[in-house]
Amino acid sequence: MKYCGKIIVVLKEGVFDPQGVTICNALHTLGYGEVVGVKTGKFFEVMVEVESLELARKRIQEMCDQLLANPVIERYSFEVEVGK
Amino acid sequence: MRFGVVVFPGSNCDYDCYYVLSRVMQIDTVWLWHEDRDLRGCDCVVLPGGFSYGDYLRTGAIARFSPIMASIRKFVQEGGFVLGICNGFQILLESGLLPGALLPNRDGHFVCRYTYLKVENTDTPFTRLFSPGEVIRIPIAHHQGNFFMPFAELEELKKNRQIVFRYCGPHGEEDERFNPNGSLENVAGIASSDFRVLGMMPHPERASEAILGSQDGKKLFLSLITWLKENQGGRN
Amino acid sequence: MEEIERISEELGLRKEEYQKVVEILGRVPTPTEIAMFSVEWSEHCGYPHSRRWFELFPRQGHFPALFGEDAGGIIYDDLAIIFKMESHNHPSQIEPKQGAATGIGGVIRDILGSGARPIACFDSLRFGPLEDRNSRYVFRGVVEGIAFYGNCVGVPTVGGELYFHPAFRGNCLVNVMCVGVAEKGKLAQAVARGEGNIVLYVGNKTGRDGIGGCSILASQEFADGEEKRPSVQIGDPFTEKCLIEATLEALATGFVVGVKDMGAAGLTCSASEMAAAGKSGVELDLDRVPLREEGMEAWEIMMSESQERMLLCVARGREEEIRKIFKKWGLEAEIVGKVTGSGRVTIIHRGEVVADIPANELTAPPVYTPPRKRPTYLDEVNSLSLQSLPLPTDYENVVLTMLSSPNLCSRRWVYEQYDHMVQTNTVVLPGKGASVLRVKGKKWGIAVTTDCNPVYCYLDPYRGAQMAVAEAALNLSACGARPAGITDCLNFGNPEKPDRYWQFVEAVKGIADASRFFGLPIVSGNVSFYNENPRGTIYPVPTIGMVGIIEDVEQAVDGVFKEEGHIVVLLGKVREELGGSEYLRVIHNLEAGPLPSFSLNEEKALQELLIELISGGFVVSASDVSEGGLLFTLLEACLAGECPLGVMVNVEPWNSLRMDAVLFGEGRGRVLLSLREENYSKVAVMAQEKGVPFAVLGRVGGRDFLIRNGREVLVALPVLDLKERWESVLS
Repeated sequence: MKYCGKIIVVLKEGVFDPQGVTICNALHTLGYGEVVGVKTGKFFEVMVEVESLELARKRIQEMCDQLLANPVIERYSFEVEVGK
Repeated sequence: MRFGVVVFPGSNCDYDCYYVLSRVMQIDTVWLWHEDRDLRGCDCVVLPGGFSYGDYLRTGAIARFSPIMASIRKFVQEGGFVLGICNGFQILLESGLLPGALLPNRDGHFVCRYTYLKVENTDTPFTRLFSPGEVIRIPIAHHQGNFFMPFAELEELKKNRQIVFRYCGPHGEEDERFNPNGSLENVAGIASSDFRVLGMMPHPERASEAILGSQDGKKLFLSLITWLKENQGGRN
Repeated sequence: MEEIERISEELGLRKEEYQKVVEILGRVPTPTEIAMFSVEWSEHCGYPHSRRWFELFPRQGHFPALFGEDAGGIIYDDLAIIFKMESHNHPSQIEPKQGAATGIGGVIRDILGSGARPIACFDSLRFGPLEDRNSRYVFRGVVEGIAFYGNCVGVPTVGGELYFHPAFRGNCLVNVMCVGVAEKGKLAQAVARGEGNIVLYVGNKTGRDGIGGCSILASQEFADGEEKRPSVQIGDPFTEKCLIEATLEALATGFVVGVKDMGAAGLTCSASEMAAAGKSGVELDLDRVPLREEGMEAWEIMMSESQERMLLCVARGREEEIRKIFKKWGLEAEIVGKVTGSGRVTIIHRGEVVADIPANELTAPPVYTPPRKRPTYLDEVNSLSLQSLPLPTDYENVVLTMLSSPNLCSRRWVYEQYDHMVQTNTVVLPGKGASVLRVKGKKWGIAVTTDCNPVYCYLDPYRGAQMAVAEAALNLSACGARPAGITDCLNFGNPEKPDRYWQFVEAVKGIADASRFFGLPIVSGNVSFYNENPRGTIYPVPTIGMVGIIEDVEQAVDGVFKEEGHIVVLLGKVREELGGSEYLRVIHNLEAGPLPSFSLNEEKALQELLIELISGGFVVSASDVSEGGLLFTLLEACLAGECPLGVMVNVEPWNSLRMDAVLFGEGRGRVLLSLREENYSKVAVMAQEKGVPFAVLGRVGGRDFLIRNGREVLVALPVLDLKERWESVLS
């Protein structure tokens, strides 16, 4: 079966996000005064071909731990869907 | 005749451009602050290289909203000259003042090195002193200089002779070996259809003095300066 | 009472240090006070184990020297050239990209704090073997971090070193040097003085990042598997660039009394050291410090190592003018306190005094001189006998094997990722010898190099350190510059272990003796101890950063052959020595001394000769013979240009010596020149006058790298192939 893992990686709470701050300021300048914060992150779609949804989840979690997120500064979340 | 160099927060080649224009070329040159709207009577505005707003979000994406960019848009409509170098080129693309987009370099790295360029169009005010097909040596320094546009638009660009510079080898070889960033058809610099807006990834201001190893960039500035002299500022 | 002692211990203060704090205050300290002492007295900030040895370092030289709080320099013409090297080893090992990035940010702010515009950065990097997965990850991350930060901040990264060795597995070294230039009358000081003057906080907001970074990270060994707190700081080069411009603009007003970077130990360090230097007091209200996170405690604010922040002392009544400049650049600029006459650092948080410490005592950490003992390994590794070493049968094979050593290959893959041209001052580009920078509007220029060979320092810390100084000086002279001053970055293991501490003291003595002999002041520096992991200590690495002055920058030469037909000449003596060489390490898997012979007098004569030759315009290229010996110096001269050039060399004059020693020995005091035929006799005469041995090796030209011994061809390899191999090792 083919599965698609949709992974979002963001900086951990308390880790400084200069991109987010700069984008937040730019939005204020453009008149979006209601913006109280911006966080940046990364989005990945990882396609896998394995026997089960469970295994797809397990493998994708391993990929996140090993490569896609840097555990020192980042945390991640993901969903796995049945792919086409 | 007056040139202006725009300073965005994060510009870092602003002084280099200012130095070449004011000291090497001996031209009246003024600073233009990104929050200003007055272009102070400049005949040519230079958008310098660097990392405006840290390149955060996308290169040039935040700078395009600066107040000065509104004035520059108007200036362009009136036939003013704009030179965008490196990050300046990226800002011109984000603003839609030039067509296309710049993707991250093919190898995924920043690359700083001398490159050879072929001058593809010498019938522009920016390149009139080069000879047709001349190979020049000017350095690049960027991580997002991989020029891209849809095929049909590229054909249009070629037809209008808007491709001004291409990366090539020391003897003019235009092949993939001498493409430092994966740019479509080795494109290094393009102009607007009236040739008054030029955007280029290579840094002519880094190649304008003998002590730095090349003076080929100086010829670009000199081209425009002589054109402006002959055409008394040259506004339409 | 017990609680506070526990906190004290957790933050790394020793029991006796805690007692001293109680004595100073005359009472039980508050948690904030303990936090402040712990960072200020840490190895990283207070140098308790190393400070006393710096008295050995010379402070005077050929040019007037300057000594500041965070950086020093030399004066030439009407300018001050400020420079400083810093380590960021532990942060880079934990998070390579951000660790290296924030290291650059920190040293740039040190230069900025002296009122100078940063004009160039250099990185001296050491990693575990390239084939080791983790070391490769750290290496690539560090390079990425330097590119990420350095390119954006607009200070060119124009040189440095790169070295791989198992001794740095699990503990990389990232030493970063920055050079800046200021008008000599307009230097800034790190002081707070003038009662009633304003203390202004500028730059980024304060968060919880890097809390305890210097007391914990930089002052303890790594333990395997131990989860370090995520105290990694994130670099924001965009803000740093704005901070540079705003700070220089603010200093130009003349209303800034003092300025200091908030780097390691953050607000604690800047406030207390500015107060102590100004012989005054400082009162800070932490409720006015711009915070990024809610609910931060006083001790957290005082210890935070958030990046891109500076503390300013501003003349009262001028604070709004200065604030406006920082606001214009989009930066925080808040009045957080005032200068007092109390001589104390007083911290107020939520309306209460949470710390009140005499500034002098806070900034005078204890001095330790633990026992030291000559390591036992030294005798064993210094007993090399060349008789038992087989001679190579195929020299081409040896060359090709060594060419793949990441310590001898081209660094192009690295330096092309750095913007080394921004600011348009780089006259000699990276990869060709020492870096040369022009100074706009001046005839003269600046040459910079960093040097240290860890194997030499492991085999003999005293001589290894001397040789690092000599190599740096020769590197500078080889581009035509007169060596002017030194900054050092001393990387060692745990100073509480007698053999490590012995290495440290020996290296310091070596640097002191060599630099005194050459007339070079040591104007600034940094010490990084505890570079260990459970597998052992790193090799000792006293990195030398050296700055020189070249009188006419247009005369500067690099180490690359320029034209066919030029004569290739060797200055200095060829000896039958192989100790400490890369050849022994790569080909014979041997790390053994004794180190090659080395004479300060010979070095000095050679330096003087080179400066004369180059200022006279008599040589086309010059490079000192170092790692890889004569052969690799020749090879680099052939390959480092845009189009490689061949060479034809005959080593027959030395055929009474072992040929591997002639080609690969790393004896110091030698320089390879190329020159035009018409200058040949002039150069020969000048060398003779200075008593420097002079020998013709051959000529530049052909398509091959051709080395002969009389009629016997030792090496004949096409330069185009060699260049491709040489440049592809790292990529």
